[in-house]
Amino acid sequence: MSEFWLPFAAMMVGAGATYVWRALGVALSGRVNPDSRAFEWIACVAYALLAALIARMIIFPIGPLAETYLADRLGAAVGALAIFFLTRNNLLAGVSVGTAALVALTWGRTIF
Amino acid sequence: MTKDMNQRDFGTAPAALRGGARESFGVPMMVLCGSYLGFGALVRESDLAVWHGLFSTLTAWALPGQVALVELYSVGAPLLVIASAVALTNARLLPMAMTLMPTIRGANAPRWVYYVTAHVIAVTGWAAAMRVCPTLPSEQRLAYFAGFSGTLWCGTMIATAIGFALADAVPAYVTLGLVFLNPIYFMLVFASDLRQRSRMLALVFGAVAGPPLYLWSPDWSLVVAGLTAGTLAFVLSSKYKARS
Repeated sequence: MSEFWLPFAAMMVGAGATYVWRALGVALSGRVNPDSRAFEWIACVAYALLAALIARMIIFPIGPLAETYLADRLGAAVGALAIFFLTRNNLLAGVSVGTAALVALTWGRTIF
Repeated sequence: MTKDMNQRDFGTAPAALRGGARESFGVPMMVLCGSYLGFGALVRESDLAVWHGLFSTLTAWALPGQVALVELYSVGAPLLVIASAVALTNARLLPMAMTLMPTIRGANAPRWVYYVTAHVIAVTGWAAAMRVCPTLPSEQRLAYFAGFSGTLWCGTMIATAIGFALADAVPAYVTLGLVFLNPIYFMLVFASDLRQRSRMLALVFGAVAGPPLYLWSPDWSLVVAGLTAGTLAFVLSSKYKARS
């Protein structure tokens, strides 16, 4: 039973930790300058946290990705970045190529 | 008098709502729904139910925090860790909401309407509203943003469910690709935003610090990496700015 309800509790907490920023933004709009130094620091912390998460998900994945090879995941990520910059920041092309590359590399290992 | 080409007018607020809904369909909708397909697959592969994924998309609707939450939940992190990581991840919504409000204010709507609308503030709709809303008559701006972002929100609900269903129905190789969508999508979104030195440094420091810190503590690594790498990037870029 708690296997089902416990995630909802975590997600309620997550939803609260998300909405509080939106509501605070509405309340503070027009009173604080959004270009201030404090907000630059907030952006830096958020960016660093997400970069840490992305690197962790690629290098030490949990779940089904844990069964793929690190070299394949890194190769697919580098390929996605290359296509993304070659197509002048085309998100759709980069994401498609990156995910397709991992699928192809993993599948290819079963053949050769 | 020549009409300014950059000014647009839907006629009425309800028409602006429909116009916003119509204009949300396109590449942004495709990319956003694609990444929520990945989220749905991640939920499935983390042994959660489809209702958990839908509930998360309905109540939080900020993908980075949702992915962080599911990842932390599956390594068994305590609630306090989950709350701090999600809060730090989504703090960027505060300055976004602050800059959006003056852009969409103007309709004779009561204050609570803005607090309700604030729930659908996220990068894609925010960027569109910051571009389009200043060109609209003031009473149509809130409606346009609500139509645009509300439609994206509905689309991502459907995509979450489809991603969850696909993860079980397609071959395991394709499921891998769906789950891999999550880190790849964010990596590319950030790669297009490297102009500001402080944010670029934050990304590099965070990416370098993240994996070793995870080995040290699967629970706290994200929060610690965010605070230390982010602060270091902020301080270094401030020093650089002061010197030049």
